[in-house]
Amino acid sequence: MNFRTFLRHLREGAKSVFRNGWMSVASITSIVVSLFILGVFMLLVMNVNALADKADSNVQINTYLNLNVDEKLRETIKGEIEAMPEVSAVKFVSKEDGMKELEESLGSEWVEGFSEKDQNPLPDAFEVSVIQPTTVGFVADKITALNQKYTEEPILRVKYGEGTVETLFKITKTVRNIGFIFVAGLGLMSMFLISNTIRVTILARRREIGIMKLVGATNNFIRWPFFVEGAMIGLLGSIVTVVLLFVGYDRLYAASQTDITLAQSLIPLGDLWPLIGSIIVGLGIVIGVWGSTMSIRKFLKV
Amino acid sequence: MDTVESIMANYGLGSDEVIEMQDVWKTYPSGAHALQGVSVKINRNEFVYVVGPSGAGKSTFMKLIYREEVPTKGQISVNGFNIGKLKQRKIPYVRRNIGVIFQDYRLLPKLTAYENVAFAMEVIEAPQRLIKRRVMEVLELVGLKAKAGREPSQLSGGEQQRIAIARAIVNNPSVIIADEPTGNLDPETSWGIMQLLDEINFRGTTIVMATHNRDIVNTMRKRVLAIEHGQIVRDQQRGDYGYEF
Repeated sequence: MNFRTFLRHLREGAKSVFRNGWMSVASITSIVVSLFILGVFMLLVMNVNALADKADSNVQINTYLNLNVDEKLRETIKGEIEAMPEVSAVKFVSKEDGMKELEESLGSEWVEGFSEKDQNPLPDAFEVSVIQPTTVGFVADKITALNQKYTEEPILRVKYGEGTVETLFKITKTVRNIGFIFVAGLGLMSMFLISNTIRVTILARRREIGIMKLVGATNNFIRWPFFVEGAMIGLLGSIVTVVLLFVGYDRLYAASQTDITLAQSLIPLGDLWPLIGSIIVGLGIVIGVWGSTMSIRKFLKV
Repeated sequence: MDTVESIMANYGLGSDEVIEMQDVWKTYPSGAHALQGVSVKINRNEFVYVVGPSGAGKSTFMKLIYREEVPTKGQISVNGFNIGKLKQRKIPYVRRNIGVIFQDYRLLPKLTAYENVAFAMEVIEAPQRLIKRRVMEVLELVGLKAKAGREPSQLSGGEQQRIAIARAIVNNPSVIIADEPTGNLDPETSWGIMQLLDEINFRGTTIVMATHNRDIVNTMRKRVLAIEHGQIVRDQQRGDYGYEF
């Protein structure tokens, strides 16, 4: 194909987007709707993923020690826990440190009277972090089992977010799955809508196509303007979607900044737009071209 | 690969037959036998009328030549190409050597006369300079150079058919298939169109024309093929129309 012919195809494709007027508007709108819902889901999934990652990294096992454990035994147990392959770090929190943490989070009036050295009721503890958040339950059981090794039964209690951690994992997984199903379904729907619009163009231009064939135009020559039209509808639809989506998200993000509990939980737009933007625009074009391919195929048989 | 014969035939060299049908059958999916064992040869530079009652198979006969339809049985060669066995992607190149004219002109309504004719050259990706020169040339030949900028709606039926003829000949085809080209025109205008076709034929293009026009066939004597019930019932040099209607 020479350059002039290529320009002709671009011109013809663009022309018929405009010539089809409301039909183009309708199919661009339907693409915007599908891609927008798709975009909302992507944003949701990405944010839930980020939250889940954050929660994952927060998952740790608090291991409280009995009061009779001396420094030597404490170090032995620390070594044993560190030796477990699932464990990434073990941090010792002395009863004094524990009291300080409590004082910081509750206020000094609450811990008054307990903070004296001999009055401190808190046990020494280890904060155990694991490599794979899903292994917390397993590791907690292993730590509890250490009691059987030592006559002193050094472990007082092992605590981790039982239940809540598992529930969070389950929710994250469900949201991801539902998101992907929705995304796939809506993508397919958009393809059919575009293919329908292109079909209208083809019907309107059947005469022209017939004449093109009669005078010996190749199928590729006939096909190109329709590819261009489909791609343009997809591109326009996806640009509108991206603008709507990002303006909306930016507003939401700005609003979330004034709320202390939400301020840290949303991913800033700057980190999101390159990925989501290129996925939506790319998908828009693919949907457009694929939709037009579907509808041209049967018209080119003769 | 193209054979030497087919390449030569393409340029009007070698073989004298431009169109050859051998025992051609066409049965439509509905079961109707449109053509039943048609065999005919049409030579280079011939002018052939195809006559016969409506529904006799004239249109199918024409459509088979420009590969709008494929024969159910038998062989058709046009310019040395075996049309029935042609690969899909080769069809466009064979069609470039066949000009087609219809009763309803089939012009693109939103394009000017010039653009309608140029369109036929654009789709085969001819160079722009050549298009300009050649389109003006054929518009002059059909006598409509002065109306090149008009749209079909601003032209009379006869003028529209002249534009359609200009489009059919612009790529220098060796054959022109005309399916009732005067069917929608008054007698006077029809004569103008016939003179034009005669002129094109005189310049070396084979013409196959289906018609119901008795006066034309009987006055401008050419070879006549009469088709009835899907069969050629008469093949007559300088023949007459032969029907009362």
